[in-house]
Amino acid sequence: MVPVLIWLERKVIADIQIRLGPNRVGPFGLLQPIADALKLIMKEEVTPALVDKWVYRLAPMMMMVPALLSIAAIPIGGTVTIGPRSFALQIMGAYRGPGGFYVPELDAGILLVLALSSLGVYGIVLAGWSSANKYSLLGGMRSSAQMLSYELPLGVALVGPLMLAGTLRLTGVVESQAHPYIWFIIPQFLAFVIHLMSGIAETNRAPFDLPEAEQELVGGYHTEYSSFRFAMFFMAEYLNMVTVSAISVTFFLGGYRLFWNDIAWLGPIWFGMKLLAVLYFFMWIRGTWPRVRFDQLMKLGWKASLPIALANVVVTAAILAFTPGNPTLVLSIASVILSTAAFFGLSYAVSYTLRHKAFAREQELRRRRLEGTVEP
Amino acid sequence: MLPITYYVGLSAMLFTIGAVGVLIRRNPIIMFMSIELMLNSANLAFISFSRYLNRMDGHIFVFIIMTVAAAEVAVGLGIIVAIFKSRGDVNVDDLSEMKG
Amino acid sequence: MSFELFAFVILGLVAVVSGIAVITAKNPIHAVMYLVTNFFALAMFYLVLAAQFIAFLQILVYAGAIMVLFLFVVMILNLTGAIESVRDKLPAQKWIAVALAVVLMLEFAAIAGSGSIATPRAGALAESFGTSKPIGLLLYSQYLLPFEVTSVLLLIAMVGSIVLARRRED
Repeated sequence: MVPVLIWLERKVIADIQIRLGPNRVGPFGLLQPIADALKLIMKEEVTPALVDKWVYRLAPMMMMVPALLSIAAIPIGGTVTIGPRSFALQIMGAYRGPGGFYVPELDAGILLVLALSSLGVYGIVLAGWSSANKYSLLGGMRSSAQMLSYELPLGVALVGPLMLAGTLRLTGVVESQAHPYIWFIIPQFLAFVIHLMSGIAETNRAPFDLPEAEQELVGGYHTEYSSFRFAMFFMAEYLNMVTVSAISVTFFLGGYRLFWNDIAWLGPIWFGMKLLAVLYFFMWIRGTWPRVRFDQLMKLGWKASLPIALANVVVTAAILAFTPGNPTLVLSIASVILSTAAFFGLSYAVSYTLRHKAFAREQELRRRRLEGTVEP
Repeated sequence: MLPITYYVGLSAMLFTIGAVGVLIRRNPIIMFMSIELMLNSANLAFISFSRYLNRMDGHIFVFIIMTVAAAEVAVGLGIIVAIFKSRGDVNVDDLSEMKG
Repeated sequence: MSFELFAFVILGLVAVVSGIAVITAKNPIHAVMYLVTNFFALAMFYLVLAAQFIAFLQILVYAGAIMVLFLFVVMILNLTGAIESVRDKLPAQKWIAVALAVVLMLEFAAIAGSGSIATPRAGALAESFGTSKPIGLLLYSQYLLPFEVTSVLLLIAMVGSIVLARRRED
């Protein structure tokens, strides 16, 4: 999964920047990630002299293990039956075997996913600290502050869909989007936007990739790492990206369902397609958006995302409590109207500001030309 | 099922370790962590009694203890940072000037 | 050896050893990591004791939030040096503390030995025991007042930490 993702990302970015991307190893450069991985594994492992060796070795694992574990609770398909056994297409899922043997699904799966993904920050912070390198430390500090602040909107944004679903089980969330058949992206569009944004920040990707800004920090928290330990950081980052996308697919894009009545075995295919769409969106953003400043990042997290996410929770709760009939439908209509209005309002505001600025610049230039300070 | 004495005993041991930690260390951060250890040992006792009595009230207590711990840590670490800013050093023994 | 006893011994060893490591670690960052290990062992205990929801909360709140805060403060202040040992005004306190700890443990052993802690015999657990729904029901019915008071406490803590962290205007 991860090597394919890296290949895809390089190709997508290259496409956006009108380059070819990797095209030497294998057809379309498909074998490039394998070559990269081999290179990384074969490389010499360098351990700098002043590091805290124990923590230094532990840090990549502390990042890798939660990243791998948190995917386990996300359902990729419905319940399928083989002979007397039936089980959910989910690693930590329900299982019903012969003889009444039954393992229920995790009751609060989303809590486990959030808990595990919040553990990834240890790897980054400890790597930054133990490297005995100022740039690494700075990267680690930036990253821990960033991940702490964006964990909140990430979680709070999920409360809206959870209230609509009325359960903390992830399969329950997916099923509740099938009856009536409305993906939660429609009634909870605001939450979706905030979730994606916080997800990008949480996975340290552009435009929120301050912890590993090459131009500012040499490399970030993994500056001192080499060989396979570096590869572990790299893989963990891509895995985190997959987890965040999988959560947003499950919560907002109907999870493993595409039609009202589905063949359970097709679930993973639909899930994979939606996952790839979200991942492509992430790469697209990385290819087109310049990096934000640190104060902008903090302002966005605490003064914009969190209040909006909280307001979303309040509004959703109020509509759920006071609407007779079908609250999901009411929310959907309200959300569609509001987002359309917001879209046109924003585009008008942006174009107005831009025109205004261009006009002011023109005026200034004309004035200075008259004064003779600028060559005509 | 194990006798409940096992779990309560473990809880008591963790509590004792935390108490000793508070008494023997001078680093306020580690003292704080020892307090967390004591709170968690109480949580363990609550959860095990809850399991053995088949009542979920203990879970509520643990929930509230966790919240209190979070609040306490936020304020406590804030105080430590404030002291560090004004004195450039944190040693619990030196912090007796408020006794007047 | 039953599975429960096996789990208890292993997890108990992890919990006790990491607990001792927390209070003896020279470097606060190591202490933080031992404490995280300890919290994980406790979360596993909660799972064994059929408290699923609390176990996840333990990881989410303690390991995911509180300990990261600790780590953050240790790194900001760079408290990693040996600031204690140098000038300890009360060296005798350590020995008294350890002695008192032994007394405390003996006391507990006496109570446990007297048989006054009887293992209650409750019926089979409901399938929903320890899941989010009964916790929510309890929290919003029987324990509504403590819940609200806790939220006020959190608000106060938030205001307090902002006041503490604020820069003076002068």
